Amino acid sequence: MSTETPLAPAASPGATSAGPVRTQRRLPRFAATALFVAGVVVGALLAALTTGRLNIALTVIYGVILGTLAVYLVSRSVEGRRKATDRLVTTVVTSAFAIAMVPLVSLLYTVLDNGLNRFDSQFFNSSMLGVVGEGGGAYHAILGTVIITALTTLISVPIGLLAAIYLVEYGTGRLKKVLTFFVDVMTGIPSIVAGLFAFALFALFFGPGVRLGAMGAVALAVLMIPVVVRSAEEVLKLVPNELREASYALGVPKWRTILKVVIPTSIAGLGTGVTLAIARVIGETAPLLVTTGFVNGTNLNPFDGRMTALPVFSYYQLTQPGVPPEFGIERAWTAALVLIMLVMALNVVARLISRLFAPKTGR
Amino acid sequence: MTTTSAPPSPPRPKRRPGDRVFAGSATGAGILILLVLAGVAVFLIFSEALPAITADSADLPDGKSLASYVGPLVFGTLVAAVIALLVATPLAVAIALYITHYAPRRLASGMGYVIDLLAAIPSVVYGFWGIATLAPAMVPFYVWAAEHLGWIPFFAGPPSTTGKTMLSVGLVLAVMILPIISAISREVFGQAPALHREAALALGATRWEMIRMAVLPYGKSGVIGGAMLGLGRALGETLAVAIVLSASGGVTFNLISSSNPSTIAANIALQFPESSGLAINTLIASGLALFVITLAVNMFARWIVTRRAEFSGAN
Repeated sequence: MSTETPLAPAASPGATSAGPVRTQRRLPRFAATALFVAGVVVGALLAALTTGRLNIALTVIYGVILGTLAVYLVSRSVEGRRKATDRLVTTVVTSAFAIAMVPLVSLLYTVLDNGLNRFDSQFFNSSMLGVVGEGGGAYHAILGTVIITALTTLISVPIGLLAAIYLVEYGTGRLKKVLTFFVDVMTGIPSIVAGLFAFALFALFFGPGVRLGAMGAVALAVLMIPVVVRSAEEVLKLVPNELREASYALGVPKWRTILKVVIPTSIAGLGTGVTLAIARVIGETAPLLVTTGFVNGTNLNPFDGRMTALPVFSYYQLTQPGVPPEFGIERAWTAALVLIMLVMALNVVARLISRLFAPKTGR
Repeated sequence: MTTTSAPPSPPRPKRRPGDRVFAGSATGAGILILLVLAGVAVFLIFSEALPAITADSADLPDGKSLASYVGPLVFGTLVAAVIALLVATPLAVAIALYITHYAPRRLASGMGYVIDLLAAIPSVVYGFWGIATLAPAMVPFYVWAAEHLGWIPFFAGPPSTTGKTMLSVGLVLAVMILPIISAISREVFGQAPALHREAALALGATRWEMIRMAVLPYGKSGVIGGAMLGLGRALGETLAVAIVLSASGGVTFNLISSSNPSTIAANIALQFPESSGLAINTLIASGLALFVITLAVNMFARWIVTRRAEFSGAN
């Protein structure tokens, strides 16, 4: 308690409302929203008046500025500076969120709008062999993507999982630190550099003109391994040590403990991580551009000759659509749509895996 | 102590063959990864890039020296990535703050999921969107900017009529790295200690004051690290740039004209399929420069992020 006695600590309660606590004046609940909307409407009018027609971009710019100002000024005069700053930030953050959503929504809309034109059975059933102009499809490219991605997974998952097991179960000292650091660094390798690496490696053995599906898989594996290691490491770390110790106490050797206890416990997380890693590399274009080349026919052998993958197909159809161009461009958009759907499907599968295979006990 | 009375050191674990094989292959996989990374560097330098570095400059494409070939590309790469970073970081922080502290609880996790999905969209699709939607939409702005802001070197004009400019590329890259930065920022903002936040609120802080005092200082290095990772992604981005940019070489700060410096990655993607011989070596040498730049950026980012992990006491 302070030494200066408050003047009337026990003043009669009914005397006045002007007690030591000053009641804050507050805006009604929906006032801020209403003020902001009013600002946007004025902004729209202003934009329409200055340009003579409805202009969406200017409406947004004027509207957000005017709406924010309206909220801030009214709040400042009614509620005071601190509350007004709070309202200002709320408005700014919310508008920034809304503005950031615009390109993302626009992207999805554009791809759907352009891609659905050729989303037909012919697109999935025919290759581009001998196709000039209308028709044709991405049969060869879809198969190519599936084969290359499968090969990539085949290379990356064992190496990635084993390296993660090393980091969590065996790793000690300097090698572990160095490995952790460089796996982190590896996640940031530009995809085209990975492609150049695979090219340099294969060119050493087969000469500079070589283009193989397997070469693309090696390039993608360079990108996929660090993702697998990262996610698997996180998941393996979550397995409680008590389980391992219980297993050791029963005389089970370490490798069987890992195989029979640690991995089954974390299988859901591992599956999710691998699926997300596949989703990450399935859309990579740049490394395949320099390693697998491009061909119109169907080639199912990754160790012999050029192979087309869906992203590369999509890229070439857009940039070199042939004459007349509109058919190639339509195919490019449909391929992009298929690509997005593949990625989304893989993400959903990853979610399902983590839900279905999660250990029943725990948490 | 005599040797007889000393408790026998804990019995050496019996090394079964299975154990040895398993431990060996796990360690081997770890070493293999390091070898691959070293291989990336070694192959790129010695077998492919070295001929271009040592070659007579007259033999190189355009007959210029390697430095004057790669220089403008490095410049273009940096300009595009910096634009992307400047645009994306504030928006990404706003998204992260909105999702962690402003959005209704029930919607927040769904929004986070949607943002994660967007991070997985292939870059070639962003390129398509850039050329089909963003670039044409930016043309009126370029015309306006050249007319009214022409005194700023960035907007000197003449404005591009197709919108295939450096600024468009920067914006496409910004949209691409937005989900990456916001995902990391969201994570660190969500980890800000609840005690600090509640203490701030209990002292009568408004929500913004609470965020400024308890959340932002805590998440600052996480945001910087995320931004650096985004920068690394933007530096190495290939297809989106190759599709959107109309490149003609030359170093210029003019962001809205139709002649722009290309970027390293886009230049490789555009030139590589038609190149042979020394031209390929030159492209790979430029790829090496890109590798070094992104490596430096990523190491810096990781250093910042791990430094935070050591000091925050979050673990």
